[in-house]
Amino acid sequence: MSLELKKVEKKIGIDTHIYPTSLKLEKNTINVLLGSTLAGKTTLMQIMAGLDKPTSGEIWFNSENVTGMKVQKRNCSMVYQQFINYPNYTVYENIASPLTITGVNSDEIKQRVGKVAELLKLSAMLNKKPDELSGGQQQRTALARALVKDSDLILLDEPLANLDFKLREELREELPKLFEDRDCIVVYATTEPSDALMIGGNTATLLEGKVIQYGKTLDVYNKPENLISAKVFSDPPMNIAEIKKNGDTCKLAGNDFQWKTSVKIKDGTYKIGIRPHNITTYKEGNNSVEINGKVQISELSGSESLIHFTNGNLNWVSLSNGIQQKNVGDETKLYMNTDEFLYFDQNNRLVNNG
Amino acid sequence: MAKISLKDLSHSYLEKQSNNADWALREVNIDWKDGGAYALLGPSGCGKTTLLNIVSGLLKPTKGSVLFDDKDITAFSPVERDIAQIFQFPVIYDTMTVYDNLAFPLKNRGLSHSEIASKVKEIAEMLELTSTLNNRASGLTADGKQKISLGRGLVRSDVNVIMFDEPLTVIDPHLKWILRSKLKELHQKINRTMIYVTHDQTEALTFADQVVVMHEGQIVQSGTPVELFEKPKHTFVGHFIGSPGMNILPCEIKNGEINFSGQKISSHKTIKNSNFGKTQIGIRPEFINFSNSGIPVKIKRVSNTGRHKIIDTQSSGGKIKILLNSSTEIPSGSAHITFNQKYTYIYGDNWIIE
Amino acid sequence: MNKTINQKAWFFVIPVFILVAFNAAIPLMTVVNYSFQETFGNNVFAWEGTRWFKQILLSERFHAALGRQIAFTFIILLIQIPLGIGIALTMPKKGWGVPVCLILMSMPLLIPWNVVGAMWNIFALPDIGFLGHSLNGLGFDYNFTQQPGDAWFTTILMDVWHWTSLVVLLSYAGLNSIQPAYYQAAEIDGASRWATFRYIELPKMKKVLTLAILLRFMDSFMIYTEPFVLTGGGPGNTTAFLSIDLVKMALGQFDLGPAAAMSLIYFFIVLLVCWVFYNLMMKNEAQS
Repeated sequence: MSLELKKVEKKIGIDTHIYPTSLKLEKNTINVLLGSTLAGKTTLMQIMAGLDKPTSGEIWFNSENVTGMKVQKRNCSMVYQQFINYPNYTVYENIASPLTITGVNSDEIKQRVGKVAELLKLSAMLNKKPDELSGGQQQRTALARALVKDSDLILLDEPLANLDFKLREELREELPKLFEDRDCIVVYATTEPSDALMIGGNTATLLEGKVIQYGKTLDVYNKPENLISAKVFSDPPMNIAEIKKNGDTCKLAGNDFQWKTSVKIKDGTYKIGIRPHNITTYKEGNNSVEINGKVQISELSGSESLIHFTNGNLNWVSLSNGIQQKNVGDETKLYMNTDEFLYFDQNNRLVNNG
Repeated sequence: MAKISLKDLSHSYLEKQSNNADWALREVNIDWKDGGAYALLGPSGCGKTTLLNIVSGLLKPTKGSVLFDDKDITAFSPVERDIAQIFQFPVIYDTMTVYDNLAFPLKNRGLSHSEIASKVKEIAEMLELTSTLNNRASGLTADGKQKISLGRGLVRSDVNVIMFDEPLTVIDPHLKWILRSKLKELHQKINRTMIYVTHDQTEALTFADQVVVMHEGQIVQSGTPVELFEKPKHTFVGHFIGSPGMNILPCEIKNGEINFSGQKISSHKTIKNSNFGKTQIGIRPEFINFSNSGIPVKIKRVSNTGRHKIIDTQSSGGKIKILLNSSTEIPSGSAHITFNQKYTYIYGDNWIIE
Repeated sequence: MNKTINQKAWFFVIPVFILVAFNAAIPLMTVVNYSFQETFGNNVFAWEGTRWFKQILLSERFHAALGRQIAFTFIILLIQIPLGIGIALTMPKKGWGVPVCLILMSMPLLIPWNVVGAMWNIFALPDIGFLGHSLNGLGFDYNFTQQPGDAWFTTILMDVWHWTSLVVLLSYAGLNSIQPAYYQAAEIDGASRWATFRYIELPKMKKVLTLAILLRFMDSFMIYTEPFVLTGGGPGNTTAFLSIDLVKMALGQFDLGPAAAMSLIYFFIVLLVCWVFYNLMMKNEAQS
């Protein structure tokens, strides 16, 4: 079972909402679409579901061309950001609705609904109406309705975005387990990189209608093909600077700071990217380099410290474990793990491979 | 600027109250010093927005009083209290330019043109709005509009306290981070009392010097982000703060010995006896390590978040989550774990036993 | 996103299609037919081309009627829109007062239009009508059947009584959709009541008000029944608005050709103004 998009493009008037995209999603995978709002995630998902037709390109499902096939004929379910449930139906009736429409007999409905309700911890709420439930429970009902159908394709459009932080964490943990025993393709759209990392599976980074990179989540995270993919997949945002490499020395552009490096790339100008947690107030890794910084903002979040610092024209952020109390204006020593530097050439493509 | 005290504050939205659930706020007592950054943190429905509206004067409490600098202002209107409030969605005057929006509160208070001009320019620069001053306010993005809302509060030099009611709700995630840091930077620069209401622990812990955690209308714990993290006084705080939250595990106390999963556990304080109905161990995932001996567990799942690894394990006493550096080697199958004694706490009926 | 297209849905439209064809499309075509020809009854027609159109557009009688109509509509809008908004602002938003006010406001709208005309006719009679008698008693020399000024006054008063409620109800709905946070922010900013109205309520009611103005314009520009029953277009033809004048020409004088031409000109004027309004509304939508 697989879902393949072949050069799918979506234009509305003169605006291109999705640039020609080719993707192949395999059975039993969770595929995360990661990108900011308006990156095209929802449009792409609607094309996958059949709710929208691409301006050009084809969609193939299991070696069958389903481009233009109406959504009712495709076996898919969708869960939205707003908890969408039938307000007049009880939770039981809501979950059963896709089965009732296709004429499944009531005994089988009862059995299937019961199983899914238990999976989503809704067994005690089956007789309630959606407006009597909390936000988290309403979203679970919507999820249950999507799962009971045993669809081949399940699409989740930022399903956790309207939930409280803690609820989001809990539900996010449960999601991979929900899809473990099913033979389906799951597509999950989100704006949060942490969602992608916690869910695992595969990730496609999107920006302004283009799929920048698609692959195993950790691969896309650790080896971004280009600077754009790296930026999309970073939270807090990645630190970026221009550097010049000469032999075994790297120097920051417009700054005196330099360090020794053994990275195997040609001499020249590059952009480096380093994630905040690779700049810390303590030494980490074998090739750690010291840098002085002037503290601009100091944020403590329980177990971690975020320090915004400057060095000449450099304006970067460091993320350290533990509580590091710093006052604004303090000069402090920070350590950058140069093994984790990502080098990008003038075309923003990754040049070093670890 | 003022010191704010809340004495025995209780509020109900119903005319008559028969039980605890009818009260939105129950016996809240808080003392906030002048110029600090404070956060009200809790899940949806815990009463934090009710509390905020009582402090700002938009809501009159059923019982209790609000004092600014020891003066009872419970009967005062918001204008008389000299407060500023930023709401969940940007509230701006659509027909005015950015400049006129910022100038509006000063115009209503009768300041001269030159005074208004200098104040508006100062605040616009602080918020990086100077280039948009002559544009129509309705044309800005969501984060720009929220900055205008914030600016209207900052232009007034007589403001006692600035209140934020989940202000980042409608902001894009990658802009959320920037605006959040900006708020922190602002507070460090101008030192006005700020109260920030949210359900997102990252926002609360990074912004505030003191965080008040609320649950079902009551204050559960108030302290610095570090205190709340390192020593939660209530299991709710332990669970709510930290991502993932604290492991809360059932235990037995007999003759000064703490038993869990067939092992003797040492906690941060020796406990003699317990008269509590329910005793639990609280230990954060960050303070657990693998070792050769200790509590036997089975490794269920390892999630890689880029900078950490979260390991789900199963013990005979319940599920235990462990958080380790992403470079640490994780055993597979079965292993043993130990708790860091300094951060192992015992809770009786949900409250910490000291 | 595209909705699925189901061609069978066209079958639902056929009954409506037939109805509209009989009641509107075919009569309209008949009118167009008449406007280009001279008829002497008995289906005898002679082609006149654009003679009737030229005659109407240049006639003083048409200009006068058009002038009266424009003046009437202008005065009506000038009074009803601010009055409607004002009443909506004073109506309660919560509690038992809400249904009471809503019912009171709806009542004038439910009365059949010729009954409205008849009611005001009797109400304004100078000898036995409550209004007429009181005004005369107060010293005014009031007689709407003989004095044009009084006739205008009474007609306008009747229309205000009849139709302001529509503006009230629309404005009330618009006001109720404003989230409380805006009022709270204005309170905190120290805005006066007038500033709150000018900078929050009025801008947020823009859509609803555009609709109200459009509806009131159309209805008052095409008004027939109420003034006809009240004054019959008199005294003389001082309150003969466009539609009244048109009917006089068509049915009274049986000048079908010119009447048909006038009908079409009338139609196009209304269409033009609505088109302008529509574009304005779309422009506003695009901006927001």
